[in-house]
Parts: sequence; C-alpha cells; structure tokens
Amino acid sequence: MSELLFDLTLSEEQRISRESLRRFAEQEIRPIARAADEAGRPPEGFYDQTAELGLSLMPIPEAYGGAGIGRSPISNVLNAEDLGYGDMSLALGVLSPLGFINAVLDFGSEDQQEKYLTPLASEHFKAASVAIMEPRATFEPAELQTKAICEGEGYVLNGVKSMVALAESAEFILVIADLDGDGPAGFIVEKGAAGLSIRSDSFMGLRPLSLSQITLENVFVPAHAKLQREGVPFDVQRLVDLSAIGLCAIAVGCCEGVLDYVVPYVNDRVAFGEPISHRQSVAFMVANIAIELDAMRLMVYRAASLAEQGLPFHKEAYLAQVLCAEKVMEIGTNGVQLLGGHGFCREHPVEMWYRNLRAVGVLMGAAVV
Amino acid sequence: MINLELPKSLIGAQTMAHQVAASVFRPIARKYDTIEHCDTPEELVALGKMLAASGGAGKMTERASGDDDSVKNGSNMRGIVSMVEMCWGCTGLTLSIPGAGLGNAAIAAVGTSEQKKKFSKLYCAMAITEPGCGSDSAGVQTTAVLDGDEWVINGEKIFATAGDRGDAVVVWATLNRAQGKAAIKSFVVEKGTPGMDVVRVEDKMGLRISDTAAITFTDCRIPKENILGSPEIADTAEARKKAFGGVMQTFDNTRPQVAAMALGVARAALEITREILENEGINPAYDKRVFNSTALEAELYRMEADLEASRLLALKAAWMADNKQPNSKEASICKAKAGRVGNHITLRCVELCGSLGYSESYLLEKFARDSKIIDIFEGTQQIQQLIVARQVLGKSSSELK
Repeated sequence: MSELLFDLTLSEEQRISRESLRRFAEQEIRPIARAADEAGRPPEGFYDQTAELGLSLMPIPEAYGGAGIGRSPISNVLNAEDLGYGDMSLALGVLSPLGFINAVLDFGSEDQQEKYLTPLASEHFKAASVAIMEPRATFEPAELQTKAICEGEGYVLNGVKSMVALAESAEFILVIADLDGDGPAGFIVEKGAAGLSIRSDSFMGLRPLSLSQITLENVFVPAHAKLQREGVPFDVQRLVDLSAIGLCAIAVGCCEGVLDYVVPYVNDRVAFGEPISHRQSVAFMVANIAIELDAMRLMVYRAASLAEQGLPFHKEAYLAQVLCAEKVMEIGTNGVQLLGGHGFCREHPVEMWYRNLRAVGVLMGAAVV
Repeated sequence: MINLELPKSLIGAQTMAHQVAASVFRPIARKYDTIEHCDTPEELVALGKMLAASGGAGKMTERASGDDDSVKNGSNMRGIVSMVEMCWGCTGLTLSIPGAGLGNAAIAAVGTSEQKKKFSKLYCAMAITEPGCGSDSAGVQTTAVLDGDEWVINGEKIFATAGDRGDAVVVWATLNRAQGKAAIKSFVVEKGTPGMDVVRVEDKMGLRISDTAAITFTDCRIPKENILGSPEIADTAEARKKAFGGVMQTFDNTRPQVAAMALGVARAALEITREILENEGINPAYDKRVFNSTALEAELYRMEADLEASRLLALKAAWMADNKQPNSKEASICKAKAGRVGNHITLRCVELCGSLGYSESYLLEKFARDSKIIDIFEGTQQIQQLIVARQVLGKSSSELK
C-alpha cells in the first residue's frame, strides 16, 4: 500500500453522504428549528423521519441488524457538521443514539453489542444516550461523584447526572460512574429502571434537546450491564474526547450557517447609501468568521482522522475544543452583532445560534463520534 | 481520504530542516542579530550551495508536476514544513540563505522554462514596494520603457529583502502609469547592471541579519527577454484582471510560506517558554478542563491551539497549490491567522517569562521582534482580511476598498 498522504479529499461515500445530509439539514431541519426552540421539543415525528438517514444503523454489525459499515469517526464528524448546519440541538438529538452505539462498539463485548445494539437497529428512531456530566461547576470526568458498588450479581448505582440528552425517551442510558473508588466505568441503565428518576431541565440553548438531570437512587444493574471488553480497558477520556470532537463538528456546521446567513444580510442592508458590507469594519468581521471557521474545522478533522486511524488523539481533541470553545462564541456574538438590533430579535436565527453555541465547552458526552 | 498527518517524505524534509536550524541557525541567531549589517554570514554560504545543488530553496514553491489525478504532497507542502523548521531556528538567517529569495519564487511561479533555466543559479530578491506605495502594489510608479532590444527602468524601490546580497532583483514596474494594474509587469534585473544602485540598507526592529535594501534605477537597461510574463497591456477589463491576477498568483504560492515563518518562530517561543516554566514545576498536560486550569495553563493551551490551527491552515493552502486547486482565499486565510497568532504568541511568551522573557540572554525577545514583520510583509494582516472579505462577500476591489 502506498504511503498515506496529507489529504482533504472526501471519499465517494462521504461526498454522497454529505450531499444528502446537507440537503436534509437545509430542507428538513432548518425550517423547523425556530419552532422547536420555542416549543422546547421538535415537532412530532421528526426523529422518526431522521431514522431514514440510517445514521444509527450504519456502524451496528450486520449480525445485530445493522448495516455493518463500521466505526468511522471522520465520517461521523462530517455528518455532524452537516446536521449542525441545520440546527445544533436537533443534530445532537439525532446523533445521541449513535453516541451510545459507538461507546458500546468501542468498549462492549460481543454479547453486550448483541444485547444492547439489536434493539436500536430499527427502522424507527430509538433513543439512547450517554451520561457523563454531573451538576457542579468544576466537574472533571475523572473525578465522579456518581458511585457504583459491586453487589451480588451486579452493581448498585447512586448519584446525579446532568445534561443527559433525550433521557425521557432513551431505551438505554450509558451512565459513567466511579466503580468502588477505582475510577470511571460505564453502566447501561435500561428505560424505567427502579430508582431512576428523570427531571427535565431548561437551558439557555439546545432547548429542543430535552436535556435532563437524572438521579440514580440505589439503581441495580446486572453484571452484564457494565461495559467490559476483553483487552480493552474502559477509557472515559476517549469517550469525552470523541464527544468533544462531535460537538465541535456540530458547532462548526452551525458557524457555517452563521456565515451563510450574515453574508447576504450585510450585502443587502444599506446604510449611508451603500451596502454595509462595503465598510471594512463589517467586512473584516465577516472575513474573521471565515478564517476562524476553517481553522476550527481543520482542528476537528485532524483529531477525528487520528481517531479513525487508531492513533492517539487526546491532545488534538483537547486543543480543538480549546479553539472551538473560544471561536464559536466570537462567531456567535458577531453573527448577532452584524444584524444589529435585528439580530437580537427572535425573528432571525442568529440569537438562537449564539445561545446554542455556548454549549461548546460546557456539554460533554452528547455526540460520541 | 481525509488525513492531516504528514507523510514520511515530508517528515524527512522536516527533520533535515530542523537539523540545520538546530545546529546552524540557533547557535548564531543572537550573534547575527547583534551584528546586523554584514555580507552573507559565512555559515550560510555553504548551506546555500548545498540547497542549490539539491534543487531546494529557490524551487520550493514550484507547482507540483505530473498530470494524473492522484493526490500530491509536493513542493509547496515541502516548503511549508521546511520553512517552519528553519524559522524555528532563526527567521532572519532563513531569509539570508543565498538562493532562497522571493524573486526566485516569482520566477518559479510565472517565468518561462527558459527564464527558469537562465535565472536558476541566481539569488533573486523581489522589489515591489516604493516610498509612495506599499500594500497598494497597483500604484507602482517605477517605469519600464522598451527601447529596441532593451527595457529601460527608472524609479526607486524600498524594502527589498536580500536586495543588497542578492544576484538579481525582480522589479515591478509599469509600462504606462495611465493604464493602471494591467500595465504593471515584473522584470529581472541582474546585479551590476549600470543604473541600478543599492542606496541604503534599513536598520530594523527585528529580522536584523536579513538585508532590506533601497534600490534606485536610473536609465537602467536590461535585455528585452527579462520581462516575466507577456509584455502586452491587456485592453479589456477581463484581460486586465487576468494579467494582474497572474502577477498576484505569485502570492498564492508565497503567502503560505510566509505564514510558515510565523509558525516556526511562534513554536520556538512557545517551546522555550514551556522549558522555562517546566523548571518552575509548571507543566500543563491537557489533563484538566481549561476552566479548571490556572490562567497561565489556559493561556498556554490557547496559544498552542491557535498555533496548531494556523499550521493546518498553511498546510491546507499549500496542499491546494500542490493539487492545482485555486487557493487565493486559503492563502490569505492562513497568512492572516498565522501572522496575528505569531505576533500574539511571541509577545505573550515574553510576558509570561517575566524578566527572562524580556532579557537578551534568551531568544524570546528576539522572536517577538522578528515575528512582527511577518504580519506585515507579503500583505499585511489587514490586506489579507480584505482579500478574504472580498471573496466571501463576492465583492470587487472597487466595491470593497
């Protein structure tokens, strides 16, 4: 095989997939995004409609009813970017089950994959989620207050998890908890488990995502619910990194949406006798959106392509998130600024994007790619 | 297939350049910053010969050859990785290597194969800027008039890097001031041509060892075939745009290389800063979330992220050039980002290291002085933003000034 070159060319499959997802984002997601934000949930049937995209089916092995295409962080990142162009919340919702699936594929045994992935390989949308965060300011994924204790034929879980996407409807929630004081492990909690309570929470942005706080009170899970794959130690950092890349990719898509929205606006809006885009103070803001957008995108691609190749990618994912957390806010705020007072009104989407973009640097675990 | 890692061939080039930077440039960087004005440093003479023999420096921005559709990591990308390493050693010395002038890049980009052959052995500087025009390169006042088999050049050029030490200068001159951009052509003037005089070498804040010359041309006569590109003045708007675009195309190749200079000097500053901080027990390891880190650690992370993003942007622009994709926007994007990031990082490192950073016993203060010009020459930060803005907004230069 010839040497792997630096390359930004999409494969044929990726190109086709990008086209169809971008079209879906423009035609099916963008038009309903504002109403979903106002209502705090997507319109009835939206998620089932997304099941046609087959995103959850793709990586699930054929033996368990999936398409068996295999894990591809880079393809997932491209998909995330395109969906994010439509709307960040809805993209996160659509990708939440895939995040759970990817985690099980990475860290679950074959038996676990069969048990937990088969029900998700459906033509209908089946919700699932990953719960890492806990409701405190200085949260670190390596220092968990949610505890698991080995007891009898299984484990008992106690603690509170925050910002869990689609928790209400999730068939399975992968709860990351500290096991016997030895560090993080992953436990699959099934819908309706005794001792599991879900309280929906409202946030500044990502409103349609039904982010919930879940409380685990002596929740018992059987031994096979603990993610365990021979030779592969559970690595919470990998999960956090993969979801950071996913979230950043979604945000990159959103930022491209900002750019595409402000360009015609500043070209059409006339002040002092000419389009405001003829003023450098306006034009340079637009240029800087384009500059930082491409910078973020390449950082995300690099981390994802390393993950794809099975190479270490923690530092790259970390730095991608550092850059994105800062630059998406700059782009978000300038998206509003460029529209002036109109940008502050909910008639335009830029204020919603600004609120949604703030989740970068906050949210963890929602989009494992 | 999307992959942003460097292939072995480029890592080889990178390693070689790094060795030169570490063993030749770094040890003498301070010495020549202090000496400032001298002939080509003796340590660089041999290096220049070696690079010329290997077809290196002057050809680094040639477009990749080959007609097949396969992806290429060619000379533009090699130029980036080598430039980063060399400027990690010393940007001033890198610009003083004989044979690696910007004029060489211009000849490589727009010269005929005969011209490339004829001038390939020469160390060619570039002379665009005049006392009355800098960024506005279409405002060139230097004239070129055809007289028989010779062009007669008259005018004054400033800020010509290697204009004193070079063997030749690529001079921008107008065939007719009334016809604006379309009449601007570039000409190769060899050193020693009567009428060409280096009148001054500038004293600068940084990049001191690199000679920056003011050159006058008084009835300076050069052979007719020393014009780069066509001598015709385009008479339609479309043709005018194309003609000047041809000249500007040089920048699509050279701007990513200049971005690479910023990357090298910024990485050098960041590495030294991390060493200094490590001695005080500060060694950020990407193990805590940014907002759980100290302000100092967070600043280091941010700088590293900006540097890495700039590096990828430069590689992308060079990759597009290697693969014959139009990259004018990307060239400006990477120059804008790397230029400002380079300034920010080098200056911040001076501050983070306190008196050590400000002291001449370390190189940090020199890196900060050297990096400033990188956000100015080959198109200022503001010019790059203007170019990006015009492309993104779909505006002409007369609409968005």
